[in-house]
Amino acid sequence: MIMEITVEVNGSSYTRSVEPRLLLVHFLRDELGLTGTHWGCDTSNCGTCVVWLDDVPVKSCTVLAVMADGHSVRTVEGLEGADGLDPVQQGFMACHGLQCGFCTPGMLMTARWLIDHNPAPSEADIREAISGQLCRCTGYENIVRSVRWAAEHEAGLRERTVEDAGTEVQA
Amino acid sequence: MTTAPVGHGTMLRKEDARFIRGRGTYVDDVTLPGMLYGAMLRSPYAHARIASIDISAARAHPKVRAVLTGDTLAGLNLAWMPTLSGDVQAVLATDKVRFQGQEVAFVVAEDRYAARDALELIDVDYEPLPAVIDARQALAEDAPVIRDDLEGRTDNHIFDWETGDKAAADEVFATAEVVSKQDMLYPRVHPAPLETCGAVAHLDKVTGKLTVWTTTQAPHAHRTLYAIVAGLPEHKIRIISPDIGGGFGNKVGIYPGYVCAVVGSIVTGKPVKWMEDRSENLMSTSFARDYHMHGEIASTRDGKILGLRVQVLADHGAFNGTAQPTKFPAGFFGVFTGSYDLTAAHCSVTGVYTNKAPGGVAYACSFRITEAVYLVERLVDVLAFDLGMDPAELRRKNLLRPEQFPYPSRTGWEYDSGDYPRALETALDLAGYAGLRAEQREKRERGELMGIGISFFTEAVGAGPRKHMDILGLGMADGAELRVHPTGKAVLRLSCQSQGQGHETTFAQLVAEQLGIPPDDVDVVHGDTDQTPFGLGTYGSRSTPVSGAVTVMVARKVRERARIVASAMLEVSPDDLEWEKGRWFVRGDQASGRTIQEIALAAHSDLELPEDVEGHLDATCVYNPPNLTYPFGAYVCVVDVDAGTGQVKVRRFVAVDDCGVRINPMIVEGQIHGGLADGIGMALMQVMAFDEDGNHLGGSFMDYLLPTAKECPSWELGETVTPSPHHPIGAKGIGESATVGSPPAVVNAVIDALRPYGVRHADMPLTPAAVWSAVQGRPLRTDLAIT
Ligand code: FES
Ligand code: FES
Repeated sequence: MIMEITVEVNGSSYTRSVEPRLLLVHFLRDELGLTGTHWGCDTSNCGTCVVWLDDVPVKSCTVLAVMADGHSVRTVEGLEGADGLDPVQQGFMACHGLQCGFCTPGMLMTARWLIDHNPAPSEADIREAISGQLCRCTGYENIVRSVRWAAEHEAGLRERTVEDAGTEVQA
Repeated sequence: MTTAPVGHGTMLRKEDARFIRGRGTYVDDVTLPGMLYGAMLRSPYAHARIASIDISAARAHPKVRAVLTGDTLAGLNLAWMPTLSGDVQAVLATDKVRFQGQEVAFVVAEDRYAARDALELIDVDYEPLPAVIDARQALAEDAPVIRDDLEGRTDNHIFDWETGDKAAADEVFATAEVVSKQDMLYPRVHPAPLETCGAVAHLDKVTGKLTVWTTTQAPHAHRTLYAIVAGLPEHKIRIISPDIGGGFGNKVGIYPGYVCAVVGSIVTGKPVKWMEDRSENLMSTSFARDYHMHGEIASTRDGKILGLRVQVLADHGAFNGTAQPTKFPAGFFGVFTGSYDLTAAHCSVTGVYTNKAPGGVAYACSFRITEAVYLVERLVDVLAFDLGMDPAELRRKNLLRPEQFPYPSRTGWEYDSGDYPRALETALDLAGYAGLRAEQREKRERGELMGIGISFFTEAVGAGPRKHMDILGLGMADGAELRVHPTGKAVLRLSCQSQGQGHETTFAQLVAEQLGIPPDDVDVVHGDTDQTPFGLGTYGSRSTPVSGAVTVMVARKVRERARIVASAMLEVSPDDLEWEKGRWFVRGDQASGRTIQEIALAAHSDLELPEDVEGHLDATCVYNPPNLTYPFGAYVCVVDVDAGTGQVKVRRFVAVDDCGVRINPMIVEGQIHGGLADGIGMALMQVMAFDEDGNHLGGSFMDYLLPTAKECPSWELGETVTPSPHHPIGAKGIGESATVGSPPAVVNAVIDALRPYGVRHADMPLTPAAVWSAVQGRPLRTDLAIT
């Protein structure tokens, strides 16, 4: 069986014919070529596939593409706006919140949601928010700092964007 | 005159710009026109004879293009492949399956889902055999012989290896005032990088060129191995290791799935992608540890350590596939004397086959130094327990002293440099050790369980001197090539490759420091065998010690070349020139200089150069390290244990690392953070358990528990810097230090917390159930499964 679905992804509408069993993560990656959303487990444990479905973070490996029919999805590719990088993207760069980068898209989507709902998250709030996601590289410390950086930036406590900071070397 | 730019120091990473936009290119992101998808059928049994395989229904599936079995591969002479330890491993099983999850058949289909569907259509008739799951039973008289494919094989024994001086050690033990003994298991664990393993293979029939995008930490070694395994000409093979989602040793070897993707492409004439799922990754790819250790430590009554004796039973799984230098069947376990000054030491290791997945050296272990450090650090704490001595005091008394370096160890290693007491005191100060002990005393009076654990580790990384270290005959030296373009921008081509270590940044910084040009002006090319010189890859913390060294050397070579060009430009002798970052100038005349950029342009111009100088500004180098480098560190862990539930909470973790000179401190600290989280995982949560039939009980992230942000504290780091005397900038390598050093600190802390119950040792992982058993007087993990 094949079903036709229409999903809005990062503001654009896509209509595709898919098998009902197709996972949203594979729809995004294989059908739409949005490979920023990753896939890392078979059991909904790793969170590298996190995207927003109608403004709520979901694990896209645990959602069928057909369930997104008529809904909107936001992925890591939809974070950067006309005015530049999203503060969470900048925070991860500024605080070395990533190493291999595989968990990063999922972490960014959760971080964005967290700050939208809690503009001044504590360390415990951040750890709780990302506790359904795994990172094998960073030991989480710099992810926590990155999310804080982004929240502080949005609160106007940090002026420089990460682009201003650039890649200069601090001796 | 411009101010000289700085190369070394904290600098944000260049590679992040693509990753934070979701624009990395991992293997599964590679899509080629006409690409097909592979899926692997795996054995449900740990040990069984294959009576027959019927693939007719799978073949008939409308979307299936090819089905491979061991028989198909045997026809191509590819049913077996060499392992990194000189054994052979089945690519697809022909005679028997030897572990649960072993590769049996490979389907190539038009899409991912169809390939999986077709697996269900394959009918394999298995005749189950008794399995060897417990390594301690592997050498029993009546144990089933796992490797009856090997000629004349009548048991499951792989090797015996020993090191040190047995007679001297026995003599020390015979007369020692105190001897403490302990059995301990370093359980089987898995590195579980967040990206699983996979490959996209494409054989271009017209050019005969095979291109493989694959999750490999060692692209050049893979190219050579494919040439040997598949009998393909090496210049017609291109291995591309694009962005890699973590490696940790899991992506060193060649897996059957890669070979099947290659064969799939040869057979179908189309590109074939194979990406394993998480269960396949956990059940079949390179595990780590699985060392059953018996340790003995001898000392005087006042705590002067005299000797160590160790026996190890090493479970290597069904094929001996450990990745390690050929002459080191037990990896670098020989550094088990650790950081201590002692009189004699001896150890013997016996390796055995079991019906479990092959592998053995993976997970940031520095070729088994993880096991060695755990052993000695637990033994020192056991001795402290027996002597009634403070573990910090006991270490203070026995650590090697700075004046003993370079230190020839009792087992033949030469530690390059160290100031161990300084690192220990720095860590104890940072932790506020005396205050913690006072707090612990108060808590104990109230019946609360608080523990303080210390570990001190010495690593040996950067393999290695070619004379002693090779993998399947390939010496462990690395090449590099540096080219400065006419406008002064440069490209560095590296043999090693990044799985998240940030090479595009740090290696640019290395060149920047030597040439005095901004790191942003240096592009780092890596992970593509057609674009880079030969080298053995990134594992065993060898990037900085080996490829880092060759990068500095090649940059210095270019700098010397620039000197000759500058001398022609300035019409002076090269000997009259002096270097400052970014320019050569005539000694005594600061204003006379020529910048690297000016020199680069001149080197490509019509400038008259001395006879023997060819022009252009580039160089290549190969670095064969004279010795390993020996990073070290002191860790302090503080835990609280819930006496009612056995739950352990890591409250604080202080880590003082000395990895010599730090190129980019931000990146160094990030790597330490990751390794510390690994330590908490291994000490408290992670284990690959099996039931007695060989069923894998840790085959998903539901059962194989990894630490999340909630299990990890906020890390507290400190540092000391003791440069390596033989590395060109004194750097040592850091990638694995924290994974090596942290597990014993956590375990020592938990055991310390359980002191009121008289617990002297308990095996990892210290899950609530394990802590509870230890409190009940059952500290050893005699069971194979988590209970
Ligand atoms: S892929 Fe692991 S939670 Fe979705
Ligand atoms: S950065 Fe590698 S998994 Fe998080």
